Amino acid sequence: MNRVKINRLKDKLFLTAGVFSTFIGLVLLTIFIGNILIEGLPRLSWKFLINLPSRLPEKAGIYTALMGSIWVLFLTAIIAFPIGIAAGVYLEEYAKKGWLSKVFEVNISNLAGVPSIIYGLLGLEIFARVMHMGSSVLAGSLTLALLILPIIIVATRESIKAVPQSLRDASYALGASKWQTIYNQVVPASFGGILTGVILALSRAIGEAAPLIVVGALAYVPFAPSTPMDEFSVLPIQIFNWISRPQHGFITNAAAAIVILLVLTFAMNGIAIYMRNRWQKKVAW
Amino acid sequence: MLMNDINIHMIEEKTKNIENFTVVKNEGDLDHKIVTKKVNVFYDNFQALKNISMQIQPFSVTALIGPSGCGKSTYLRIFNRMNDYIEGYRLEGDVIIDGEDINSEKIILEKLRKDVGMVFQKPNPFPKSIFDNVAYGLKIQGVKDKSFLHERVVSSLKQVVLWDEVKDDLKKNALALSGGQQQRLCIARTLAVEPNIILMDEPTSALDPISTGKIEELIFELKNEYTIIIVTHNMQQAGRVSDRTAFFYLGELIEEGATKDIFINPQNERTENYITGRFG
Amino acid sequence: MLAIEAFKFFSEVSIVEFLTGTEWTPLFTKKRFGILPLLSGTLLTSFIAILVALPIGLAIAIYLSEYAPKRFRQYVKPSLEMLAAVPTVVYGFFALTVVTPFLQMLIPGMSGFNSLSAGFVMGIMIIPIISSLSEDALNAVPYSLREASYGMGSTRFQTAIRVTVPAASSGIVVSVILAISRAIGETMIVAIAAGQQPRFTFNPLVPIETLTAYIVQVSLGDVPHNSLEYRTIFAAGITLFVVTFILNSISHWLKNKYREKYE
Repeated sequence: MNRVKINRLKDKLFLTAGVFSTFIGLVLLTIFIGNILIEGLPRLSWKFLINLPSRLPEKAGIYTALMGSIWVLFLTAIIAFPIGIAAGVYLEEYAKKGWLSKVFEVNISNLAGVPSIIYGLLGLEIFARVMHMGSSVLAGSLTLALLILPIIIVATRESIKAVPQSLRDASYALGASKWQTIYNQVVPASFGGILTGVILALSRAIGEAAPLIVVGALAYVPFAPSTPMDEFSVLPIQIFNWISRPQHGFITNAAAAIVILLVLTFAMNGIAIYMRNRWQKKVAW
Repeated sequence: MLMNDINIHMIEEKTKNIENFTVVKNEGDLDHKIVTKKVNVFYDNFQALKNISMQIQPFSVTALIGPSGCGKSTYLRIFNRMNDYIEGYRLEGDVIIDGEDINSEKIILEKLRKDVGMVFQKPNPFPKSIFDNVAYGLKIQGVKDKSFLHERVVSSLKQVVLWDEVKDDLKKNALALSGGQQQRLCIARTLAVEPNIILMDEPTSALDPISTGKIEELIFELKNEYTIIIVTHNMQQAGRVSDRTAFFYLGELIEEGATKDIFINPQNERTENYITGRFG
Repeated sequence: MLAIEAFKFFSEVSIVEFLTGTEWTPLFTKKRFGILPLLSGTLLTSFIAILVALPIGLAIAIYLSEYAPKRFRQYVKPSLEMLAAVPTVVYGFFALTVVTPFLQMLIPGMSGFNSLSAGFVMGIMIIPIISSLSEDALNAVPYSLREASYGMGSTRFQTAIRVTVPAASSGIVVSVILAISRAIGETMIVAIAAGQQPRFTFNPLVPIETLTAYIVQVSLGDVPHNSLEYRTIFAAGITLFVVTFILNSISHWLKNKYREKYE
């Protein structure tokens, strides 16, 4: 009898532990974000967005970093989007099953597990040095594009897999070639899923600091980039820079900048999730 | 006399245009629309069809019946070579349509599929508008003339008696139609490219009785212009709709003949058992 | 593609390969073995992170798959994924401005930069990895196994730890390995909160430097190309790459073995 009671007690205890664990992460996150909001919100103003960085915390703004982020994000998207989709389509539709495609599979999932800073080293060596791009927006974007490429490829492949065979059968039965079927039916049908993957990948890219620092993004940049070959900074790096300064005013700035960064990140995630839901409804068989 | 004249003429044509005709086995082939000779089909080591020889006349409906998994669908699919995509698929024997061996290297697959259309068991419209669905087959051939496309879409939809139901909104998404409407749309889609043979793989098994009835009526109409082969599990349907019936069992063609004969007076004991429902 | 990366690295570092063995001492004067201070920094912070993430992540996974109603799971999963979506600089900020002062209250004499805060926050960041993958692994265990256990009168807890978890063990181990790999490769949190003093120690209360933070530190400064300093970041990079690659490969191999079991 006693045994049973002990067991039931353990059961209940674990139930509590489980609920507690589930929430603790979120609770902590809420505390953190609350803290940031308290610190950072008052500092937010139009001036904050427009100002250039400066030695005086009250005068500093995120303009250059924000512009840098937008530039990098835009270029990264242009580069990674077509390559990722093409690679995904190729791997899923054309590559013969065999040892070669197995090698690819292993490689891609390994690439996804590589720490982001190593991409930075790679970018530094290949893009900045060997290809003489210097520490430019272009080098940074190429590096980030490499970083998020596996995410896009996987998302593309999963979306394509989800397209039912019956759709392809119908297309072939009407006399379409393989390419026509892919171009006219498979890709459009899977596009929602692909786009979701791309947006999620970009929302990851916007928050990356380490690889860009290594490639040579500067922490103190007094101007916004005007060409892809310019030097640049991005939002996360600016935040990092401010955190490293002793004056408390900069901490406040960092908090404010974080608010902006978080808003952007969560907005992108939100869009991606919304799109995923919409797409799933539209292509229901 | 007449036959011989035609044969001689055709032999002359053959010798003149030896490149155009791929492989004509012998003149007798041209009398029938579709001929299979000693066809064996394998999926790796499994033999799905055993030594099937059959002839099909133009402008007729032939029903393929038999229990599940006996090779009926496989047999249907050899005519538009949809089995080609399955790994391990191997075909021996001759499949001849309009006197040409469709498995020879000279055949253009896309053209074959234009001439031999297919309707599937579960309606599979593309997730596009009604108009785009019907026009798809033409668009992939490069047809761009908008008025031509429109005309063809309208006539195809009329042929399947769907026009009145959808004419107000051709841009509507095809997935919004009911099951029976979707299947008629799929038939319209196939008709739009003007095939002369239509293959139907259990076209009504996923539909309700009323839609089934409408499609059976449609098949009866279409018989006047097309050669139709239909796989069906429903023997009453085979009886209603077809001129000839072929009974398949475990990959073999057990019996084939005029539908009336098969149902009223089957020669083979297994045929009789199947028809009377002793096994299904 | 991996081969290309490795090649690029080697073309950079192999020239220095012989040199790094001895030349490192000037840079890290504390120990003879050179890379050890950085490695210990990395391992220490990752270890703390796992200490935090493993129990919590596993508890979440067990709770969600064995106890919680389906509806609940639907809402909770996305919010856990949110944890993973936060940019790491933000976590670094938390570590420095919130966690460290708090811990300093608890442990007087702890320095402003230390591996405890950084490790703790990293742990929170990787909770979703462990919880999500472990939960998938637990869900993959066929219900019949649980039924057998319930049928004999076990509680949910007993069933969970005696039957389900062992059955899903390879999947759970995979999730832990991946989490470790992630922690080892993490850069910003440690760069911000753990310090920049390479030190061969296992004391979580003092500043240290990790492999990743070192790379950042050098990159921020003005380092001429083709200098020795420049090459050292690649040496650090290779070490990092090799470690994570081995970990990832192990997890991959385990995952394949585990798939065979259930198919």
